Amino acid sequence: MIVNDFVCQSGDAVDTDFSGFSVPLEHSFEVDDVPRFRLRGALQLRGGRENSVYLSQNQLSEKDRSTLKDVAAVDGLYRIRVPRVSLQVDRQTERQSEGYLTTFVRACSLVESHLSDVITLHTDVSGYIIGISIVTIPGSCRGIEVEDEVDLEVFNSTISVVAPVTAPAPETAPYIERMEQEMEKKGKNPQEQKSFFAKYWYLILGGAVFLMATSSAQTPPGGAREQS
Amino acid sequence: MAWLVVRLAISVSLLYAASAVFEDQVGKFDWRQQFIGKVRFALFDTHSQASKKLLVATDKNVFASLNSRTGDLFWRHVDKTGPEGHIDALLMYGQDAVVVVGNGRLLRSWETTVGGLKWETVLDTGSFQAAALVGVQDLVKYVAVLKKSAISLHDLSSGSQIWGENLPDSDSVQYQTIYSGENGLVFVLGIVPNSHIVIVEYKIEDGEIMNKKSVEAAWMSSLESSCAVVSSGILLCVDQITQSLYTLPLQSAEQTEMRQIHLQMLDLEVASGFRPVLTSTQPNPAQPPLSEFFLQLSPDHHILLQFKDGLIALLRDFSPVRTNACSINLFSADTGRKHLDTTIIYHMDPNGGKPNRLYVHAFLKKDDSVGYRVMVQTEDLTLTFLQQPGRVVWMREEALADVVTMEMVDLPFTGTQAELEGEFGKKADGLLPMVLKRLSSQFILLQAWLAHLWKLFYDARKPRSSVKHEVTIDILSRDEFNLQKMMLMVTASGKLFGIDSKSGTILWKQYLENIQPNSVFKLIVQRTTAHFPHPPQCTLLIKNKDTGLGSLYVFNPIFGKKSQISVPTLPRPVLQTLLLPVIDQDYAKVLLLIDDQYKVTAFPSTKNVLQQLQDTASSIFFYLVDSSQGKLSGFRLRKDLSTELIWEVVIPTEVQKIVAVKGKRANEHVHSQGRVMGDRSVLYKYLNPNLLAVITESTDTHQERSFVGIFLIDGVTGRIVHEAVQRKARGPVHFVHSENWVVYVYWNSKFRRNEFSVLELFEGAELYNSTVFSSLDRPHAPQVLQQSYIFPAPINTLEATLTEKGITSRHLLVGLPSGNILSLPKMFLDPRRPELVSEQSREENLIPYAPEMPIREEWFINYNQTVSRVRGIYTAPSGLESTCLVVAYGLDIYQTRVFPSKQFDVLKDDYDYILISSVLFGLFFATMISKRLAEVKLLNRAWR
Repeated sequence: MIVNDFVCQSGDAVDTDFSGFSVPLEHSFEVDDVPRFRLRGALQLRGGRENSVYLSQNQLSEKDRSTLKDVAAVDGLYRIRVPRVSLQVDRQTERQSEGYLTTFVRACSLVESHLSDVITLHTDVSGYIIGISIVTIPGSCRGIEVEDEVDLEVFNSTISVVAPVTAPAPETAPYIERMEQEMEKKGKNPQEQKSFFAKYWYLILGGAVFLMATSSAQTPPGGAREQS
Repeated sequence: MAWLVVRLAISVSLLYAASAVFEDQVGKFDWRQQFIGKVRFALFDTHSQASKKLLVATDKNVFASLNSRTGDLFWRHVDKTGPEGHIDALLMYGQDAVVVVGNGRLLRSWETTVGGLKWETVLDTGSFQAAALVGVQDLVKYVAVLKKSAISLHDLSSGSQIWGENLPDSDSVQYQTIYSGENGLVFVLGIVPNSHIVIVEYKIEDGEIMNKKSVEAAWMSSLESSCAVVSSGILLCVDQITQSLYTLPLQSAEQTEMRQIHLQMLDLEVASGFRPVLTSTQPNPAQPPLSEFFLQLSPDHHILLQFKDGLIALLRDFSPVRTNACSINLFSADTGRKHLDTTIIYHMDPNGGKPNRLYVHAFLKKDDSVGYRVMVQTEDLTLTFLQQPGRVVWMREEALADVVTMEMVDLPFTGTQAELEGEFGKKADGLLPMVLKRLSSQFILLQAWLAHLWKLFYDARKPRSSVKHEVTIDILSRDEFNLQKMMLMVTASGKLFGIDSKSGTILWKQYLENIQPNSVFKLIVQRTTAHFPHPPQCTLLIKNKDTGLGSLYVFNPIFGKKSQISVPTLPRPVLQTLLLPVIDQDYAKVLLLIDDQYKVTAFPSTKNVLQQLQDTASSIFFYLVDSSQGKLSGFRLRKDLSTELIWEVVIPTEVQKIVAVKGKRANEHVHSQGRVMGDRSVLYKYLNPNLLAVITESTDTHQERSFVGIFLIDGVTGRIVHEAVQRKARGPVHFVHSENWVVYVYWNSKFRRNEFSVLELFEGAELYNSTVFSSLDRPHAPQVLQQSYIFPAPINTLEATLTEKGITSRHLLVGLPSGNILSLPKMFLDPRRPELVSEQSREENLIPYAPEMPIREEWFINYNQTVSRVRGIYTAPSGLESTCLVVAYGLDIYQTRVFPSKQFDVLKDDYDYILISSVLFGLFFATMISKRLAEVKLLNRAWR
């Protein structure tokens, strides 16, 4: 799994030698639950073998904070969306943002986690972003009042890009290797190669002696009966 | 030494998993029914009077012989599916049946008594047109096959080609039929539409063209539909526009124009808009056809006509009679008179379809009177075999050869049990009546019990074989362990069946008319039998694949009766259905139907339901899949039953396309939350009930670049939980999604083999929230383990066993193309199988990793009862935790029980009751005696 994490606080200086491109990350939280997306920040994406992503985002305004708390109070949704793009820079020319990928989290859990969220962008094999997910840590809504306005000012976001992992194929080579090792071990160990009699001659001998002893001990009474 | 341990571990695990049937268990818990499909050709074996054979060829590419006395199969040959095995023609002469297969690709001759292949020849390429037997001097010796541009003649006894000739002008002339009379000539008839007919005469011996002529027929567009050969080589055609018949002797060289006979001269008239059809009969291919023929003037108006000396005479007019019973009469073809005492009244099943084909076999009885048998095929694919006088000899339900979906429903309690239960359902009406009612129901129970005892006693005296268990719908009741259930089967023809799972008896059937052939069915059990006195209720959603428009059919699954409940009309295409755990006041689960405008219709939609829906709306989520755009989207229900889009995942269709999406089964129980590992710690399973497994296939089919994608997506939040690609893989992908695992099968295009892959999801050593699972509150992604194995056989279908409480270990049921069903222990598909054996893995009972999956013959749950073309496997839990009911369906239906962890909760059949009870009694008496002795001893000691 190729995951590159960049924990970034808002207001951090953007790395200047970023050769990638930027797409808007938008969010929406409304009391009437009709989505109206506004800009939350900009995602700096860089394609290539190691997909990396960097998020610079704005602070929440006074009005936004109160709206967010109101939405949380009515158990509304906090939605985010990104346009459908490809991370491959060479595909940038042919990319046409024909839609958005949306997801949501309950507004109350965002408030209660003090805006700590984990955003994951999922790409397909060719580098297209196919889905976005957001979770807050902790994710629960316990109805805790968040009094301190400062807690809701700055997003504490962790953002990552996840590309599909390659599923394993049947592992024949190590298995065969192991088999061969077993065989070799068997071949090297002279103990294993000994025949049954060679290995257990003492037991057999002992058993035979024992049998003979018992039979000879039993013979006299039997013989006596025969004679009588 | 380690190797020895490995071997030991493997053999121990195999010992544990081995589960074969004993010889005396064959047929005890299982049954199989074999089907053939819709009959396209049926021929009676007229070779000898006593013959019982009936040869049939069907649309399922099956060629079989039926016993005409019982309807059982003598033998059956199942050919390849699709056009490759399509049976084009069936001809029979004596003991030989000649079949043309695969659009004229193969010509085969079968021996009809045992069904052995006599010979097979590969024919030249070219699309098949017609085949006919060719006789010389009353003996059939050859078979002629007409292709689009060639004709060939084959020897009937060896199959060797006598001659083959290209047809003249085959690019302009469409050759359509073939005819051979008695005079050593084969006629090939072709047509240039709306211009002329071409008649070519071939000599039988060497294929020399004797004569070729063309006749003007500007009005004709097709030979096959409007012409027939009657009498000694007279071509007879009918024209709809001029309302007239045309005749032409095939052989005469001088007559080059067709003679016109107006239908008005015979006082006949073709119904407007109907294309008249001519039907002639040729009983013996070595002799010319009969001079009598049928003319169909309207869909149910037939005329029997006779052609004699160039004149056409009317013999009988068969006009339609509309009743709900059909009568079949035998008429003499020479005179058109009805034979006495030959009427069979055929009562149509009110739950069945109309008859659409008859296959008649007439014969002379010993007293020289005429007798006949007839096989009727109805629209609902029922074959009924009738014999005089009106007796139904047997019936076959061939619709069952194409089961689309099925469910199993618990049987209801017996009347007496229900009576007792009924007390609780009704409103209380005073103390005394309640007491009386209780007393009376207790009395009824006592009575039933006594009757049962008496029956047991009565049956016990009779020899075992004579006790027959006739299953009727009235005596159906749940057994002690709920092993007997009602199987509901929905077939592609639109016929529903209720089948007793224990015996395979069809208890009810219902034909739904006007079902489009491309319909999709979804069967939903809304109310089970647990809610007496409310009858159980099932809903069938019938959806047209093209338009998406659907309709609902609500019925009682036990009796098959249509429910009187008003059904919502669905004016818009239905995209998704959702069965909620919400129940209305009548204990029916609520079904939500989502249309293409994302509006939701609830069924049932009473006030109570709507109220409940409003209360719980914010926690009802559903997903939609649009595979043409690669879009998966999630919606949430609003209080006013509209919906809002909450998440969207788009998988670009240029790279991969979604082929299947599967959630988990709603009735699945998972007993243990985690797995105990070797070091006594617990690895908790990630049991997300909302998880969807999405399988994609790459659009690039190159063997190096093709891949199969697996996405695990949460259906509520749209979060992609896991995303993997299987490189160098190709479909068809079969997969099972259950508990915390997904098993899928794909084709490895690089190594050209089938491979299994298993994904298991774990939360880790700690549970985030052990009491309840919520998709909205599960921030940590699960750990995903995956392993792949080689499977040494192709696969038709895959399913997992299911038990009541989920304690029993799981097995995978694999339907193989050979017709066997393999019960593969899930133990073998465990991504934690270690490469190297350690103390801990041994503790955990993990089998060391081996890349190849074993197939053991004793794992075939259906021993030699193979299921042809198995298409689906259905599993249902029974009342016994150890037992899972399995139904495999395809061309055949097979029902059995499987015990994945053996019958740990059932005493064995050969359990020694006498020994155990004698030991018990012995011990009991021993205690009594020793107690007595001890008392005496104590007393004595006390006296001392």
